[in-house]
Amino acid sequence: MNLDELQKKLLTAARANPPGEQVPYAFEKRISALLKSRPVEDPLSLWARALWRAAAPCAAIMLLLGVWSFIGSSQNTPSATDSFEDQFVDTMLVLDQTEETL
Amino acid sequence: MTRTERLAEETGGLLPFSPESRLPYSPGMEASDAELIAAVLRGDAASFEPLVQKYSPRIFATARRYARRESEVEDIVQEIWLKAYSKLASFRGDAPFDHWLMRLAVRTCYDFLRGHQRNREATFTDLSEPEDDWLERFAAAPETTSENADAAKQLIERVLKQLSPPARMVITLLEIEDRSVKEIAKLTGWSVALVKVRAFRARAEMRKVLARMTKDKYL
Repeated sequence: MNLDELQKKLLTAARANPPGEQVPYAFEKRISALLKSRPVEDPLSLWARALWRAAAPCAAIMLLLGVWSFIGSSQNTPSATDSFEDQFVDTMLVLDQTEETL
Repeated sequence: MTRTERLAEETGGLLPFSPESRLPYSPGMEASDAELIAAVLRGDAASFEPLVQKYSPRIFATARRYARRESEVEDIVQEIWLKAYSKLASFRGDAPFDHWLMRLAVRTCYDFLRGHQRNREATFTDLSEPEDDWLERFAAAPETTSENADAAKQLIERVLKQLSPPARMVITLLEIEDRSVKEIAKLTGWSVALVKVRAFRARAEMRKVLARMTKDKYL
């Protein structure tokens, strides 16, 4: 079967039969009634809703970070803290020396 | 009292919007789209009704290209108007209102197609008798088969229903409504290059569907 010709014929058929423009009775009244029944959106209420939604994830993140920092600090031994302090001071001194030589 | 008369009364006999509309109102004069839109934006929701009345026939015709059932068509048109109302502030007025509205309509129809793509028919085994006859006549004598037959119209509806949403949209706008690529790009929000690519793919997709239809029928 000639598919090109078939495609052409069917598209011509579609072009020759445009859809109707009839509108249901009092359609515009229906739209007006819908618009009137819709609640008016207050921008402040939108913000409040968004902030409420964000509150739970923020609280969860805060809790996780709190637990993490608590566990981390309880695991740090004094020697480990010292060594971190030493390392930090060393790093700062190296940076200072590098700047002086430059 | 007509809408325009009420507007004129509210504004002391002057239609309040564009400079050219700042003319004394005379009864019987129709409010322009710009005047009605400005009134809606000022909070007069009733001014939206004449716009719905004026443009609904075109919107219905557009929606009927993508949905067959009348309940679906009404839902689409209703959604278009509700969107138009809520987005009316974004209408800048540098192009006619109907252009803006048609863009909204086409995009809503596209969303509808994407939402209903699971309902696409899978086979052509259930062709009606007139459709079968039309295909047989076409197979025997392609040149003499009439494209004005109802069967041909039903067949193209079936074929379009099998296409993917972008393919159906492009075929409808490009091949059936005879719009230019540039126009389609504006209506759909796609780039010109994307429209061309989608048109190429849509034609190939349509050919595949036709091949499947004839194979289902003759094998």
